[in-house]
Amino acid sequence: MKNKLTELLKNKPQNLLNIFYTAGYPQLEDTTTLLTALENAKVDLVEIGIPFSDPLADGPTIQESSKIALENGMSIEKLFSQLENNTPKVPVLLMGYLNPVMQYGLEAFCKRCQEVGVDGLIVPDLPMYIYQTEFKEVFEKYNISNIFLVTPQTSEKRIREIDDNSNGFIYAVSSASTTGSKTDFSAAADYLGKLKDMELKTPILTGFNIKNQQNFNDACKYVNGAIIGSEFIRQITDVEDISKAATNFVASIK
Amino acid sequence: MSYQVNEQGFYGEFGGAFIPELLYPNIEELQENYLAIEKSPEFQEEFHQLLKDYVGRPTPLFLAKRLSEKYGAQIWLKREDLCHTGAHKVNNTIGQILLAEKLGKKRIIAETGAGQHGVATATVCALKGLECIVYMGEKDIERQAPNVARMKMLGATVRPATSGSKTLKDATNEAMRDWINNPEDTHYIIGSVVGPHPYPDMVARYQSVISEEIKKQMDGLPDYVIACVGGGSNAMGAFYHFLDDKEVKLIGVEAAGLGVDTDKTAATLTLGTPGVLHASRSIMMQDKDGQVIEPHSISAGLDYPGIGPAHAWLKVSDRAQYMAVTDAEALEAAVEVSRLEGIIPALETAHAFSVLKDLDLKPTDRVVINLSGRGDKDMNTYMEELNLL
Ligand SMILES: Cc1ncc(COP(=O)(O)O)c(C=O)c1O
Repeated sequence: MKNKLTELLKNKPQNLLNIFYTAGYPQLEDTTTLLTALENAKVDLVEIGIPFSDPLADGPTIQESSKIALENGMSIEKLFSQLENNTPKVPVLLMGYLNPVMQYGLEAFCKRCQEVGVDGLIVPDLPMYIYQTEFKEVFEKYNISNIFLVTPQTSEKRIREIDDNSNGFIYAVSSASTTGSKTDFSAAADYLGKLKDMELKTPILTGFNIKNQQNFNDACKYVNGAIIGSEFIRQITDVEDISKAATNFVASIK
Repeated sequence: MSYQVNEQGFYGEFGGAFIPELLYPNIEELQENYLAIEKSPEFQEEFHQLLKDYVGRPTPLFLAKRLSEKYGAQIWLKREDLCHTGAHKVNNTIGQILLAEKLGKKRIIAETGAGQHGVATATVCALKGLECIVYMGEKDIERQAPNVARMKMLGATVRPATSGSKTLKDATNEAMRDWINNPEDTHYIIGSVVGPHPYPDMVARYQSVISEEIKKQMDGLPDYVIACVGGGSNAMGAFYHFLDDKEVKLIGVEAAGLGVDTDKTAATLTLGTPGVLHASRSIMMQDKDGQVIEPHSISAGLDYPGIGPAHAWLKVSDRAQYMAVTDAEALEAAVEVSRLEGIIPALETAHAFSVLKDLDLKPTDRVVINLSGRGDKDMNTYMEELNLL
């Protein structure tokens, strides 16, 4: 099966909008409602979070959505079956902490990802050297891209190493922080400029503090696109029609 | 077989540094420096001077005659309860504050369960004039009120962790998030032999002074060394210099809460399975989907769903044995030690005493119990549970 993500990124397109949300939130079956709404609204990629009880790289908004999703009965198996019945048309990434993936079984997990049309994985607590020694082979066997993060504290040497080991995009965190915590994007401009000047072979998307069209456009001056997570979750929280909220939000960005 | 950490930070299959990239620079800095700093003469000199003049080491090894008589063996107590601040935790915070100073850090964060580690951290921060922020589960703030007051008196800020079970695991999550948000000026003083490499090894080294002293204080080797295990730092400190002495039986005691056959328990090694929690691969309590199970113990310091990777390795390689003791058994043991020896132990420590009744002891057996802390902080719980009012 073709990897929709590497297809999309082949010619290093610009202005990519990637929307993140938590599977099973606000209601268990909203995973695919949102996926369909986002596809119709023409987002370029969708990133779906697998809820975990102890999401230590996430701020309050995503923590809360994970907690509610777990209470709703969300699980990896459930997510796979939801996707299986709604084969994604856009590139889909799953973002999940290592422990639930390990308990599911790495090989079984990657195999199911491929079967249901998942193209890439972001496992924030999977360090590069463990990926290389224990995970890479299985990811490649099932044609799954692995997405690494870089931060303003990541050394140039390590960024180059990550570039060499990436086969999707690089996820540049715009300032060192848990998800959704800072309000000001401007400080990131410097850093994204530096990344741009490094002329990496891998496309870059930036994330964590993007909230509105202004932030999105600013980010896209430097990198290939941006990821909106916490703000999107806020937009679909406590609303009557999540599809409409999702559509309107995407229209306000791009 | 080696029971020490290898170069990649693993004890057998356990350990490692499963950290988000956001923490990579901090952890790399520690990995590259912790051994060199510890071995430097300046560090050694200040560390030992502070342990002696500030903490009050060496702590005594006391022959507990009435307990010995009751259990028909020679029972020795390693008096970590006599350390400044009332528990072994300060051995580690002294080491880490010196390390933080050498690394030029200005701001210190910590997690705490029982509040002993929080107090020990607030203490060394006051000593060195560094800013101190302690994360503590909301539930623990209630049940360990005296320690919250101590931290505040020492000038620390106590921030409640309100997610999940509102106990130690959640305080640890919050501390890690703080570190992610403050990667440059902040050192995170983890309070046990948990977390990403190099913490388990680093904390074990600072706590190893416990077994180093026991070895000097005893004439020959003990038959048993017994310690309670939350994350496992006092146990690791007490086991450390005996790991290669195979004739010494090492026993770790975890909290069974209401019982290992209930869902209100913190008996990680008895009930847990391999997984990754707080950035290291170890044994943990989790459901079939890999979600962490919220633990229960009457003792805040043992109320943790994980355990240090070294203990997971000592267990699977059969070097140490782990037993579980219920809330009720621990309370009973606390009363017994108080009345037989005139020492009110911490609730955590009481768990260690409780296994004496279950061991097949001979009169010639020499048993060392690591008396990890004193019970002042637990008086609220004791008053309630034992009707002392
Ligand atoms: C007196 C005492 N003993 C033991 C513990 C458990 O920690 P560890 O297993 O790291 O020694 C604590 C933790 O707060 C404590 O205060």
